[in-house]
Amino acid sequence: MNAEERYTPLNWPDHPETQTLEGKNKFLGFWLFLAGETVLFASLFATYLALKDSVPDSSHPLAKDLFNLPLVFAMTMILLTSSITSVYAIYHMRNYHFKKMQAWFVITVLLGAGFLALEIYEFTHYVHEYHFTFGSSAFSSAYYTLVGTHGAHVTFGLCWIIALLVRNAKRGLNLYNAPKYYVASLYWHFIDVVWVFIFTVVYLIGKVG
Amino acid sequence: MKFGRLSFLFLLLTLVLAGCGEPFLSTLKPAGEVAETQLTLLFISTSIMVLVILVVVIIYLIVLFRFRRKKGEENKIPKQVEGSHKLEIIWTVIPILLLLSLSVPTIAATFKLGDVKDMDKVDKDGNREALVVNVRANLYWWEFEYPDLGIITSQDLVVPTDEKVYFNLKASDVKHSFWVPAAGGKMDTNTDNENKFYLVFDKEKADEAGNLFYGKCAELCGPSHAYMDFKVKAVSRDEFNQWATAMQKNKEEVQPTSDLAKQGQEVFQANNCIACHAVTANDARPETARTAPNLADFGNRTRVAGILEYNEENLKAWIQNPEKFKPGNQMYKEANLSEEELDALAEYLMGLKVQE
Amino acid sequence: MSSVAVKKGLGASVWEYLTTVDHKKIAHLYLGTGGFFFLLGGIEALFIRIQLMKPNNNFVSEQLFNEIMTMHGTTMIFLAAMPILFAFMNAVVPIQIGARDVAFPFLNALGFWLFFFGGVFLNLSWFLGGAPDAGWTSYASLSLRSEGHGIDFYTLGLQISGFGTLISGINFLATIINMRAPGMSFMRMPLFTWTTFIASALILLAFPPLTIGVFLLMFDRLFGSNFFDVTMGGNTIIWEHFFWIFGHPEVYILVLPAFGIFSEIIPTFSRKRLFGYSSMVFATVLIGFLGFMVWAHHMFTTGLGNVANAIFAIATMAIAVPTGIKIFNWLLTMWGGSIKITVPMLYALGFIPSFVIGGVTGVMQAVAPLDYQLHDTYFIVAHFHYVIIGGVVFGILAATHFYWPKMFGTKLSEKMGYVTFTLFFIGFHCTFFIQHFLGLMGMPRRVATFLPGQGLELGNLISSIGAILMAVAVIILLFNVVITSIRNKKVGADPWEDGRTMEWAIASPPPFYNFKQTPLVRGLDTWWLEKMEGKKELTPAEPLGDIHMPNNSIIPFFISLGLFVAAFGAMYNPLNSVGDGKSWGLPVLIIGLGITFGSMLIRSLRDDFGYHIHKEDLLEDDKGGKVG
Repeated sequence: MNAEERYTPLNWPDHPETQTLEGKNKFLGFWLFLAGETVLFASLFATYLALKDSVPDSSHPLAKDLFNLPLVFAMTMILLTSSITSVYAIYHMRNYHFKKMQAWFVITVLLGAGFLALEIYEFTHYVHEYHFTFGSSAFSSAYYTLVGTHGAHVTFGLCWIIALLVRNAKRGLNLYNAPKYYVASLYWHFIDVVWVFIFTVVYLIGKVG
Repeated sequence: MKFGRLSFLFLLLTLVLAGCGEPFLSTLKPAGEVAETQLTLLFISTSIMVLVILVVVIIYLIVLFRFRRKKGEENKIPKQVEGSHKLEIIWTVIPILLLLSLSVPTIAATFKLGDVKDMDKVDKDGNREALVVNVRANLYWWEFEYPDLGIITSQDLVVPTDEKVYFNLKASDVKHSFWVPAAGGKMDTNTDNENKFYLVFDKEKADEAGNLFYGKCAELCGPSHAYMDFKVKAVSRDEFNQWATAMQKNKEEVQPTSDLAKQGQEVFQANNCIACHAVTANDARPETARTAPNLADFGNRTRVAGILEYNEENLKAWIQNPEKFKPGNQMYKEANLSEEELDALAEYLMGLKVQE
Repeated sequence: MSSVAVKKGLGASVWEYLTTVDHKKIAHLYLGTGGFFFLLGGIEALFIRIQLMKPNNNFVSEQLFNEIMTMHGTTMIFLAAMPILFAFMNAVVPIQIGARDVAFPFLNALGFWLFFFGGVFLNLSWFLGGAPDAGWTSYASLSLRSEGHGIDFYTLGLQISGFGTLISGINFLATIINMRAPGMSFMRMPLFTWTTFIASALILLAFPPLTIGVFLLMFDRLFGSNFFDVTMGGNTIIWEHFFWIFGHPEVYILVLPAFGIFSEIIPTFSRKRLFGYSSMVFATVLIGFLGFMVWAHHMFTTGLGNVANAIFAIATMAIAVPTGIKIFNWLLTMWGGSIKITVPMLYALGFIPSFVIGGVTGVMQAVAPLDYQLHDTYFIVAHFHYVIIGGVVFGILAATHFYWPKMFGTKLSEKMGYVTFTLFFIGFHCTFFIQHFLGLMGMPRRVATFLPGQGLELGNLISSIGAILMAVAVIILLFNVVITSIRNKKVGADPWEDGRTMEWAIASPPPFYNFKQTPLVRGLDTWWLEKMEGKKELTPAEPLGDIHMPNNSIIPFFISLGLFVAAFGAMYNPLNSVGDGKSWGLPVLIIGLGITFGSMLIRSLRDDFGYHIHKEDLLEDDKGGKVG
């Protein structure tokens, strides 16, 4: 199958992302990468749990003093929604509806950017109101590293999807770039799942546990 | 074959060197029940492993001698054997059995040597029965505090023989490790938490070793890691009590008797040595203020700075230029004392004795 | 764009190697660079042994000794052993499975250049204020305090190199899963491919904890965080856990490919198939799995408690079982065979007793209460050198001889090889056997010197003499390489005559596309099978057709260069704990990251479909004309 062949919605394969050897390799390689990323985040979670509330003295805020659950809930809803919109995008990719796919990815990016904006607001709030900075305590270092690494992953994901949107705007959809979209959406789902864990382990347990 | 000859040499070496080393330092010359337990484990595990090695070596040698390609057999293709279920089972099950037998003494000893619950046992008056020493490791010296006796010393650890001595271990700056090889295994001194273990010093073995065991730091801690030796004076209970009492009586500084020593005391105070070094055994300052070895009974120390032979010359050289002997030490790099001042200081310090 | 191999000038060759994505050329790069670092690590070892030849020696200062000792371990493990093993994995595995290249040729090149720049960065420390000095394990309390930038070179250099390793691990996993030739089921894969597969899985899962641990140390030292600062609520034991959760699987990452190499060599030179193939595969998988369950046996004296110590002791002992299975299967492979003692076989024969000695001292160390005496002494140093040299280095030296013809088309001198082996073997045992006793007699490890009158003089002297023998052996090996290259006597596809696996069915070195037609795999030991049926070539699985090849690219070089530049910026940023932050720190960091991400963007924005070798040119090649 030539990667540059012309298709219609009828003869476009059901799973374009794995029609070529390159596509299959990308698919497998990326799942493997996600396995490594899982261990990476697991390590960050372990560090966070070990250092949670570990502060030099009582003048430093603890988890229960800091976290703003309504804000974080809003962030969660936005990110989860952006994951669903990326599912719609892939659905359209599989049905050879290039413009609809692009549109849903744009919405995904906007929602992701919204998440990031709220997170930046959250961090600046902690810094200004509580003097809770990266270097305040072991607890703060662990918090910002875990949640910040996730935020960095979100940022990277946004740049990635934007790059795909830009690069393929004139090219359209074909078997060469279908795996690229698929892998990007896999990544996006992954960071969404990580966020669910962060929401639970950091914020919920922080407030309740 | 090459390996045959070499292995014989190694075996010989093994026999020669087993039970080798100095009685004050070697794990092969255990001087107490902890080290003895550990040496027993060494013998058990070595024996089992030698058995394994023997089996491997026998098969190996047979293979090497019987199955080399012979002249005239250049084109022979041997029978291609897939494997043997029976053999696989044999050489899986037997090692498992061997390891199971090794694991029993392992687990038993782990819990026995790690049993410190008697550390906090008190008698009917509420006094702790066991002897407990708080060990604090620093760059590059050791502090030994006897909390129930109210005394602090450094570098030379004094312990009674034939009883369990418990240790609380911590470090004040970086991770070190407290090790008296002849008496037993080591335990790390961490900055994060206090570790606990015990050692026992056997009276007879202590006598054989001249009542002085060598202690080592066993965790890389900086350039002078190799110079962080300490000594353990293992004496009878009576002698220990005598020493402890003398140390307890050392509430105020022992006043120097000779003029030179008095002069030395003045040098000591003028240079503010007292800010870090206490000269009495009941240093009540908090840990963070105790930034240098306690010098009570310095006159009876076995070494200067833990490693140098104890004499006036070495003491003066150390005081004048500690960096030369222990690079990276936290005292200072170089002093600027005159020869006269050094003589006086040495006289003063070597006169700091709580007993003769 | 085809990389046509017409007469090339030096410049063209250099450019070819800078931009290659061909696994065979990348193998050359790994072997050369790794080999260079092996020599560097060896010199560092020699300095250690010279310093420790007599008590209170002052050949090097104590501080310098700590740096040399740290760099010896770090260089040998990360910059020599792993890259050289990658060299052989690259040279051999794709061909063993009948593929034309790895799954991600571009990433393969990236993996190499990241390793290269990481290794260079780390070694620049020698010239820029001092090398790291806290041991290759860099425990947190000491490494935080370390003055100068040595530790920063360690964290940043290893981080860059580590990314490369991680990428290569994913690459080999995907290659082995997706790109096996028709007929090659998993249970028909050669053992070297199996061990590469499991080692790659270990890399994928073990490097992320190291990445995090190193990031935490980096953040503490360079950006003011408090992970390991006890006064701010931090905990140094976290470093120990992360390091060893990585560190223990790491030693299996090193030794499994070495096992794989011996699993190829022993059957080849016994003319007999590997005994117990399924057991060997099972044992490899079990070792990989158990390797993740034992890390705290490096922490028996840390104070984790009796229960933890007991559990990890038993788990550690368990690994002896699959390892023993392997030893017996190798011995039984030779049993009843027709053994030819070539240089690779000599190393295999030296490996078995040496590795077994190292392995059994490992089981002894697993006995936790015994380890309280052994830990952090020369007994441990003896143990790990026995397994690393006896296992990994012997494997590397064996593979160097065994695969040299396949990689370069010439054959290293057997005579010189015998001399190297003999000197190296004797020197190795001379240096390290006595160290077991030095440890038992009370000598801690990582000591810059030892004091007189403690019974340690003779053992240390003997140990140092062995080092000199090993050095001479390596020099002779270098000589061997030079002479062989000058003589340039070409050899055929199957120079050892008894090759069993597919790499021996194609030319030495192979054409850049490996196989004209993807082979059909009809059983285990595919080439042997064909040879026994009188065939002169592998059975093809497809008709002759156009071959799709990847394009070269300079971008991996630039992605890695960007990180190299960024590392300097990070190290000298104004927040660093050494206190010599520069105003250009942050800008350089950003520029470096810009080069990296910019290069990635350039790569992503362009379409790269590779190129095709046309069928007609392949037929030309058949007739003796050059196609590539």
